[in-house]
Amino acid sequence: MLPLKEKDKPIVQKLLSAGCCARCVLRFCCVSVQAAYRKPPQDTLNELQAFISKPPEDPPSKRAKLEAGPSEEDAAAAVKLKDEESRVCVVCLGILQDLCGPAQALKVCTVKAEKYEFDTLVLSVSLPAQLCVREVSVSVWCHKQTPKSIAVDRDDLIQVKEAFKWIMQGLVAKELGGVAVVTRSVFTRMAVVKALEKIADAKFLKHYPSPPAQPTSSCIPQDVQCLHMSVFVAGRYNKFCRSLPQTPWVIDGERRMESSVEELIAAPVLSSFRSDGFNFSSSGREDVDVRTLGNGRPFAMELLNPHRSRLSRAEMKQLQETINKSSDKIRVRDLQIVTREAMSRMKEGEEEKTKSYTALIWTLKPIQREDITFIDDIKDLTLDQKTPLRVLHRRALAVRQRVIHSMNTRFLDSHHFYLGLKTQAGTYIKEFVHGDFGRTKPNLCELLRTDTDILELDVESVDVDWPPSIPE
Amino acid sequence: MDCVEQKDTEANAPSVVDRYYTRWYRADLKGKTCEDHCILQHSNRICVITLAHTHPILQDGRIIKSINYQISNGCSRLNNKVSGKSKRGGQFLTDFAPLCRITCTDETEYTIYSCIRGRLLEVNENILETPNLLLEKPSTEGYIAVILPKFEESKSITENLLSREEFESIVAKRTVDQSQPT
Repeated sequence: MLPLKEKDKPIVQKLLSAGCCARCVLRFCCVSVQAAYRKPPQDTLNELQAFISKPPEDPPSKRAKLEAGPSEEDAAAAVKLKDEESRVCVVCLGILQDLCGPAQALKVCTVKAEKYEFDTLVLSVSLPAQLCVREVSVSVWCHKQTPKSIAVDRDDLIQVKEAFKWIMQGLVAKELGGVAVVTRSVFTRMAVVKALEKIADAKFLKHYPSPPAQPTSSCIPQDVQCLHMSVFVAGRYNKFCRSLPQTPWVIDGERRMESSVEELIAAPVLSSFRSDGFNFSSSGREDVDVRTLGNGRPFAMELLNPHRSRLSRAEMKQLQETINKSSDKIRVRDLQIVTREAMSRMKEGEEEKTKSYTALIWTLKPIQREDITFIDDIKDLTLDQKTPLRVLHRRALAVRQRVIHSMNTRFLDSHHFYLGLKTQAGTYIKEFVHGDFGRTKPNLCELLRTDTDILELDVESVDVDWPPSIPE
Repeated sequence: MDCVEQKDTEANAPSVVDRYYTRWYRADLKGKTCEDHCILQHSNRICVITLAHTHPILQDGRIIKSINYQISNGCSRLNNKVSGKSKRGGQFLTDFAPLCRITCTDETEYTIYSCIRGRLLEVNENILETPNLLLEKPSTEGYIAVILPKFEESKSITENLLSREEFESIVAKRTVDQSQPT
C-alpha cells in the first residue's frame, strides 16, 4: 500500500502521462519509505494506476478492492501499463527501471573477484549530469500543471541517487554476504546543480523542453570501479649510507642517484598491502650525505587503493623484518598502521621539536684540546641564518633565528674534532659550521677564529615521541 | 664513522667553495687591466660575484676607504628586495651592470660589475661595516653579490666567461708580458 494522499492524485497522473517511470513518480511525491522502491517496478506501476483510477472513497473499500485481485478493468489497465513501463523514463533514463535490479547488483559485486578485504562498504554512484536537467524539467512542468496549493516542493523530492542506493545497497550487501553499507555524501555535479538552483522557471523553459523529451534509449551503464580508502603506515627509519637521498633524485628525466629511502621502504610495504602507490612524508629530512642514527626519524606512508588493509601485529613485524633484510642502507622500527589524523602529530615534530647531531669538524689553524672546551659551556646560542645559498634557488630569501641549545666537543687531532649539537628544529648545521659566506651569524669560524668546515654529519636523534614505540 | 678519508692535517682539505662551486672568470672588465672578477657558480645555478685574486684592490696593500652601493641617482643596490620563492622584485642585471663602487685610501676607484645576466638577490652588507673582509676573504665572507640567472639561461651564461684554466693562462701571459723588456 503506497503512502500516497488524495492530493497526490493529479501529480501522479501528470507524471505518468509525461513519461515518468513508477519509481520516479514515487520520488516526485516525496515518498520516503525505502521499501516502496524495492518492490518490482511493475507492481509499483500497477499500484499507481490503481490509485489514480479510483474515485475518492473511504480508505477501507479502496483497500478491499486492491487486495481482491485484478478485475476486468484492472486487466485492461494492466495491458496499458505494460506498454508504459517498457518506455524509458524521461527523468532517470532507465536507471531506476532496469539498471537497479539483482543483475546489476551482481555486476557491482565484481569487487569479489579483486579479492579486497573489508568490513564496510560505501556505494558511490556517478550519474549523467543531464539527469539534473530532466529533473528540473519535470518539476517545472508539475508546478505549472497543478494548482499552487499542491505544488511540488523541490526540497522534499527524493533524488535519483538516493532512490538508486536504497534499492541497490541492500542487493549488493546481500550478494557480498551481509557487509554493512555505510552512507556518506559523494560528489555531486556541482556546476549543474548550482546553475539549476539559480535559474528562474521562465528562463529555464526558454532553454529546455518541459516535460523533457522522450529518450529513445535508456542509460548505458559504464564500468564499475573499486577504490579502497587509503591505509596509513608509520614508523621510524635509520639511514646508514652517505649516498642515499630521501626521495628519488631525478633531473631532466635522468636519475642522478640510485634508489632512495622512500623507495627502499615502500617496495615491501606496497607488496604486502597490494597497493597501487604511496605518498611518503616524514618529520623533516636529512641531506643525501647525512646519516640518521639513534631511534631514527618518524615517517608515515599513505598507501593508495590497498587491496589488503589489515595486517596483524605479527605480520607487521614480519614486514618490518623484510624491509630490514632487503638493504643495509636503511632500517625501520616501530612499523604500525595509524590513522590519517596521526599524520599531523608527525608534522608537529618538523617545526617544534629539537634534534641532536654529531659533526666531524676540520679547522684550518691547528688546535689543542684546551682550545675547544669553551664550546661545551655555550648554552642557547641564537643564530641569525640567512637562507643558505645551497637551497636559495627553491626557498624564499629570509633570515631565520634558530637556537643551538647545547654543544659538546671531542678532540681528535690538531685539525679535527667531533662536535655534538642539540638544536631547534630547522637549524642548518652545515651553515653554522662553515658560515655560508658569513651569512649565518654567529658561526663556528667566528667562535674558533679560524676557517672551519664540516666533513661529516650524523643525525643522532629526532626528538619526537611519535609513533608509539613497538617493543622488539 | 664510515668513509673517513685520511685528511691531511695541513690545510689541504677541499673547501666549501671547491666542493660545491665552479669558478668562472671575467678578465679586464670594461677594458681595465687586471680588474678581474670571479663568479662562483653553485650546482643549483645561483652565482656569487667576488673579486678575483688578481684584482688591483687586493694588491699593493691597499686599504678600502668606502664602498658605495648607490650606483646612480635613482638606484641603490641596497634597496633591492626580493620576495617569495620566485624572488620577485629583484633588480634585473645585465653583464655590465654596476654593483658597487669601491674607493681606496690612495684615491683609486673601482667599479665592480655583475658579469652575468640575472636577478639580483642580495648584496653583501657585511663589507659595509667591515671592509677588511673584502681584503682578507675575497672568495667567501668578502663576496660582493648573489645573483640568480634565469632558469633557461643557467647554462648559457658561462659561454661568455673564462674557465679557471683559461683565466690562469691569461694571468700567466700578463706576467710574461710584464717581464718583457719594453
